[in-house]
Amino acid sequence: MNLEEYKGVYVFAQQVDNEISGIAYELLGKGKELADRLETEVVAVLIGYQVKSLADKLAEYGADKVIVVDDPELEVYRTEPYAHALSSVINQYKPEIVLVGATAIGRDLGPTVSARVATGLTADCTVLEIGDFPLNPIPGQEQKHNQLLMTRPAFGGNTIATIACPDNRPQMATVRPGVMQKIDPIVGAKAVVEEYNPGFTPNSRYVTIKEVVKAVSDTVDIMDAKVLVSGGRGVGSPENFKILEDLAEVLGGTVSCSRAVVDSGWKPKDLQVGQTGKTVRPQIYFAIGISGAIQHVAGMEESDIIVAINKDEDAPIFDVADYGVVGDLNKIVPQLTAALKSAMAEK
Amino acid sequence: MKIIVCIKQVPDTKGGVKFNPDGTLDRGAMLAIMNPDDKAGLEAALRLKDQYGAEVTVLTMGLPKAADVLREAIAMGADKGILVTDRVLGGADTWATSTTIAGAIRNLEYDLIITGRQAIDGDTAQVGPQIAEHLQIPVISYAQDIKIDGGKVIVQRQYDDRYHVLEAQMPCLITALSELNDPRYMTPGGIFDACAAEITTWGRADLKDVDDSNLGLKGSPTKIAKASDKVRKGAGEKVVPESPEDAVAYIVGKFKEKHIV
Repeated sequence: MNLEEYKGVYVFAQQVDNEISGIAYELLGKGKELADRLETEVVAVLIGYQVKSLADKLAEYGADKVIVVDDPELEVYRTEPYAHALSSVINQYKPEIVLVGATAIGRDLGPTVSARVATGLTADCTVLEIGDFPLNPIPGQEQKHNQLLMTRPAFGGNTIATIACPDNRPQMATVRPGVMQKIDPIVGAKAVVEEYNPGFTPNSRYVTIKEVVKAVSDTVDIMDAKVLVSGGRGVGSPENFKILEDLAEVLGGTVSCSRAVVDSGWKPKDLQVGQTGKTVRPQIYFAIGISGAIQHVAGMEESDIIVAINKDEDAPIFDVADYGVVGDLNKIVPQLTAALKSAMAEK
Repeated sequence: MKIIVCIKQVPDTKGGVKFNPDGTLDRGAMLAIMNPDDKAGLEAALRLKDQYGAEVTVLTMGLPKAADVLREAIAMGADKGILVTDRVLGGADTWATSTTIAGAIRNLEYDLIITGRQAIDGDTAQVGPQIAEHLQIPVISYAQDIKIDGGKVIVQRQYDDRYHVLEAQMPCLITALSELNDPRYMTPGGIFDACAAEITTWGRADLKDVDDSNLGLKGSPTKIAKASDKVRKGAGEKVVPESPEDAVAYIVGKFKEKHIV
């Protein structure tokens, strides 16, 4: 493998129902920064059926070039045809870096593609940088420059590790949604659009989709919310979430919850914050009746302001809260809602 | 039907996380358990065994003490345990782990391979799909329901806002979510069997069609540049107000300071 042959930062531009997922824009934002550093281009790989018209959108968010793999076999995500598409693009274009969202799609596609093209893959990264490997020179070992350094949490968020892939190309990472920043879209920006079809011949590895069942949900994506009012088991009952909803409404926010609440069947899984739920970084995060298990904290500690209300003075949530209040949420929350309402009205 | 379930022994990060006085993780003090998603995968296999009849083989890669999770699996109802252990396999990343496990599985007959979606120590969710890739069989990740229909499996595959009902030809590999089921407990008879059961132990020489360059630390494309225990954002303020009114006044005061209201 001649590593020098590999050029460019490639981003898997995930789309579902021919609508680009937010993670694609986040990866382009980060990819552009890495590409600038490496003096190369950022390329979006758009895979689907009748998706070419989405290319302009990707250009507005920073793509210099868009490679479109368009085929009827790619209409709905399936591992095999998508893995064939992305690995064929990698073999054909030889990118230096490939970024994939750590979504329910990307965490299936990424490992399959990395195994197929025989390279390393670092999962669920939260920081991506260009630097040296090893970080500091070691006598008798070559120090390689311009490597992708991928930082990720492990052990349920208790440790962090920085990982490199010095001897294989491409360097591949999946990236947690909600962590990287997209750029402000450049209206009217255009990218070079190139179509590439490696040919799709169904074989035994093509599974059949018998049914697509969409969850009926009218909830806002908690990852987009500016204010989150999050409840834990301490809220006591599904009915009592009403007081959290009232508070959220006053602040123009949304209700989210901890894993315990989902496990108890009080709220659906798409509202869950944490290691096995979603990573959020709102401007204000209320943790109400949430003890603050490490798995929960891992999903919300990047919030700008964290307000915790809990009757247990020793709850670990107070270790990350900016403003911690020890007290009875049933009394405090409704009064807080009323007070904020009148304070907003004064304005 | 022959089912292979891949399981991993992991430190229990849930609740039982222990720290050294210097703030680093005290791994020795943490319990070693069967990874939860793997346990759900095992339970799924045992239910298929109950329903359709099957031979369930559990396989793990790790240190010799990882045999404990194989015995636990046998006590739950698995038929055979295989431990893959060898000094040269140590330090493997997901690529080298998946080549090792695929090398072991090539010695076995199977219709179905079930792995957990991810392990709670690494959380990568990579090894399952990578094993399928090395074995050139279809993979269905994130399974929330598994049924058998003749030579086919019918699986509900979970996504963020939907699920797909997928049909695949066996042999195939499925990765299981812990939401799939509530794993059964070990039975007294099962524990007796587990104590008596002979665990098959395989080393490097028993792996089929794998090159040395794809094994262990040396065969791992990813290298750790640095690892540290997470430095958390320090605690802010904590108040114990005398009344709910004081509590509200405190929060509203802070929001005014920050120009939120």
